[in-house]
Amino acid sequence: MLRFIAKRIGLSLVTLFIVSMIVFIMMSIMPGDLAKQTLGRDATPEAYEIWNKEKGLDKPLVVQYCVWIGGVMTGDLGMSFQYEQPVSEILGPAASKSAQLAIVALILIAPISILGGVIAAMNRGKRIDRVLTVGGLSAAVIPEFVWSVVLILVFGVAIRVFPVSAFPDEENPNIINSIYHLLLPSIALLFVLFGYISRITRAGVIEALDSDYMRTAVLKGLSRKTAVFRHVLRNALLPTIAVIATQVPYLAGGLIAIERVFNYPGFGNILMDAVVARDFSLLQTAVFLVGLVIICFQLIADVLFAVLNPRIRQRVTE
Amino acid sequence: MSTTQTPTLELRNLEVAYTVRGIDRQVLRDVSLSIAPGEAYGLVGESGCGKSTAAFAAMRYLPRNGKITGGSIIFEGKDIVDIGETDVAQLRRSAISMVYQNPATALNPTIRIGKQIAEVFELNGVSKTDAMKLAQESLVKVQIADPERVMRRYAHQLSGGMAQRVVIAMALASNPRLLVMDEPTTGLDATVEAEVLDLVRELRRDTGTAVLFISHNLGVIRNMCDRVGVLYAGALVEQGATAEIFKNPSHPYTVGLLRCIPRGGLHKSTDRLDTIPGTPPALGTKYEGCVFASRCSLADDKCQTELPQMVEINGAHIARCFHSDKASSMPRSIEKIDYASQADVHSVHNDDTLLSISHLSKIFTQDGHKVRVINDVSFNLGFGETLGLVGESGSGKTTIAKLLLGLVSPEEGGVVTLDGKGLAQTLNRRDVSDVGSMQIVFQNPDQALNRRHSVTRIISRAVERLRGFSVDDSVVRAHELLTGMRVDESLHSVRPAQLSGGLKQRVAIARAFAGAPQIVVCDEPTSALDVSVQAAILNLLVDLQKKDNTSFIFISHDLGVVRYISDRIAVLYLGRVVEFGTSQRVFNGPFHPYTEALLSSVPNIDGSIRKRIPLTGVVPSPSNPPSGCVLNPRCPRKAGSGFETLCETEEPNLTEVEPGHFMRCHIPVANLKQLQS
Repeated sequence: MLRFIAKRIGLSLVTLFIVSMIVFIMMSIMPGDLAKQTLGRDATPEAYEIWNKEKGLDKPLVVQYCVWIGGVMTGDLGMSFQYEQPVSEILGPAASKSAQLAIVALILIAPISILGGVIAAMNRGKRIDRVLTVGGLSAAVIPEFVWSVVLILVFGVAIRVFPVSAFPDEENPNIINSIYHLLLPSIALLFVLFGYISRITRAGVIEALDSDYMRTAVLKGLSRKTAVFRHVLRNALLPTIAVIATQVPYLAGGLIAIERVFNYPGFGNILMDAVVARDFSLLQTAVFLVGLVIICFQLIADVLFAVLNPRIRQRVTE
Repeated sequence: MSTTQTPTLELRNLEVAYTVRGIDRQVLRDVSLSIAPGEAYGLVGESGCGKSTAAFAAMRYLPRNGKITGGSIIFEGKDIVDIGETDVAQLRRSAISMVYQNPATALNPTIRIGKQIAEVFELNGVSKTDAMKLAQESLVKVQIADPERVMRRYAHQLSGGMAQRVVIAMALASNPRLLVMDEPTTGLDATVEAEVLDLVRELRRDTGTAVLFISHNLGVIRNMCDRVGVLYAGALVEQGATAEIFKNPSHPYTVGLLRCIPRGGLHKSTDRLDTIPGTPPALGTKYEGCVFASRCSLADDKCQTELPQMVEINGAHIARCFHSDKASSMPRSIEKIDYASQADVHSVHNDDTLLSISHLSKIFTQDGHKVRVINDVSFNLGFGETLGLVGESGSGKTTIAKLLLGLVSPEEGGVVTLDGKGLAQTLNRRDVSDVGSMQIVFQNPDQALNRRHSVTRIISRAVERLRGFSVDDSVVRAHELLTGMRVDESLHSVRPAQLSGGLKQRVAIARAFAGAPQIVVCDEPTSALDVSVQAAILNLLVDLQKKDNTSFIFISHDLGVVRYISDRIAVLYLGRVVEFGTSQRVFNGPFHPYTEALLSSVPNIDGSIRKRIPLTGVVPSPSNPPSGCVLNPRCPRKAGSGFETLCETEEPNLTEVEPGHFMRCHIPVANLKQLQS
């Protein structure tokens, strides 16, 4: 098992390296002269040169890359061009905000979607199955920012049960209040993800319901309900767990539209601002961190899948 | 059986239908049978005749689209057709259990074996800790090796035989009064099958459980059951005491079934197998008269229009036929084909070597271990000859086929020579004529034929590629080939999915013959087919061989089939040839101890009692073969032979013990002969 994890981590590091290269190359081929933009068109060529030297932009690309990635690895994320502040000080709080939103959203989405999938599978072909499946898919094709606007209009403006902003105004909001503010954006995300997750769950449950071991369980004399609980769910939820884990980075890695609409100071908002301001030093590190989160969760999903599935676990252990 | 006892299970005029596309299609027609306490009742018939439906109906477990449309299922005097789900669950928990065809998938892959068995005890009110103890005891009862460890294992860590023992343990955990066994040994190796059957017999003697035993294998039924019922198209056509039915079959279908099996002693050189003409009816076909009339050589006008009732043959032996008195002497049904003119040319196959393989070895790397799956195999194959390869699963039969075809490359030193010409090791380095001259027919034609192409297209493509024919010519050739395989012209343009299993296999054989092959490797070509279809395919292969002087390498786990079709036989164990000789020699002895054990484990259709020579223990892993002779830890003849030390330390060579008969054994053949007489 340890060897498997070590191998997986090794592979993740390779992926991460490739990601960092791609991010860096993309940033360096983006059009626009940073110095000109920052200092204005009227500055002297000398001023541009001094600015470039100061930011390390006069060095060869390879050196620039090494300086950047070396910094990231030692925890020095560099300075933001735009804010003249360490990148870590900007991204740190934003990441924590995004994580809070992701956690609240996940706690809401995972159980509801899984339950929906299980109910649909148990009533395969009946009306409730069709309602859940078609409804879930229909909701998923509408983008999250449209849902956000609709939700704000209905529950924030018309009925006024939820705040329109996802971020409490007070200085030190308590946890309950914070969660309360995060509910509306989470519901918007639920609409988007429900169809996807519940469909995967439904497929897994149906496969397990039709399996020979389910037949064995029923013919042992278990009631259908007990048989489903003991024999179906564990096998059926294996693929679902992997799917959810791959959705986590989507939630945590910057929900640009949602954070904008709900005016939430998370990762997505920072990313958006950095793009608009061409703050490459900030953008490059932020995009890289999103990649890191995605790779980490993929790793977690793989390991979790292996731990839960004895078949893979054994292959891994031997 | 005494008739005064209440039967454990009674089916009375049972009718079951499946709803397919909105229409009810009848799968069981007026089935009546009863099983007394302690009795074993066998249901036989070909696939699709309703055997499993009957079994699952007895469990009150039908597929979502299945329903009981008439009659009753009476368990211990009580009709259970209309009882509710809770009562059904109670019955399954305490009185009726089932054993399934695929034990590996019948177990939950993510729950430990111990817990799965314990669950049955817990359902009957035993505490958790006691249930675990009882579960382990039940594993001891089914004679599984190392029950304590098995308790902690998962399903995929068990071999097929072990998994079936676990399923049996689970079924017996509730002390059932009725045990339904649905093809419990299908898919297991002969030696494992024999062990499982022995176990069931022993358990039955100890527990007195009534058994409903479903099997397509007449030999197994003959050895396991007190009474037999024969199902055809959902109707019970004959029923009686086992010995009586096998001795005096009185329904034409039963007679046909028994005749198409390649029984001991039959050989292609002298005997042609009987077949049952026609095909079984589609699900839910409606009948005015006898269900079998369209395929019966005795059928007359009355059979077509009037439904025959069960008639008494001899006491409890009954048959649903107007002509039961003539059934056993009905004319043999042999497909005739005229190839006499060509047969003369090739009738005697010469001894010239067509294919020669020498020192073939193959090592696979598995989880970092080197596994020698094939170890120094050499043999020759003559023109128009059939070489049978037999051995348990894992013995390397299929790997040898793959090595020959170039699908995997042999280790250094292995040479394959075809007609005097060395063949490249891998397929992509062989030229087209080499590829065409050696072809394969697989076990499962479903997976071997492209579902998107018409039958003609499948063959014509192969002709185009292998013979270099133009498109038009290859289509003409495809039609010729298909007609030669007796695939009716009306079927040449359909897709494989529209064909029955037997027809698909004919198409697969036509494809193999597209490149005018010198050798066709047949890898279990009839294992997925019913016996009557199997007979027709075997006849076809024999015809093709006589016509074109094609050589076959025939792989099968069915020793009767191999014996019938092979000229010479190689017996494999752990990737080594342990015995090699003519079909006659290998089957009549003196035997290699492994061959002896293998042959003795096959359930005999003629009912003769034969002492089983057991192979003890499990097949050792090829990654860690035993020292000395690889068979020695399981060898039935080692003990007391006087060669024990030699057997355990030195690997014997394949030596010629009689002219043309080779064995890999330290015990002199004279001693073996004496022990085996």
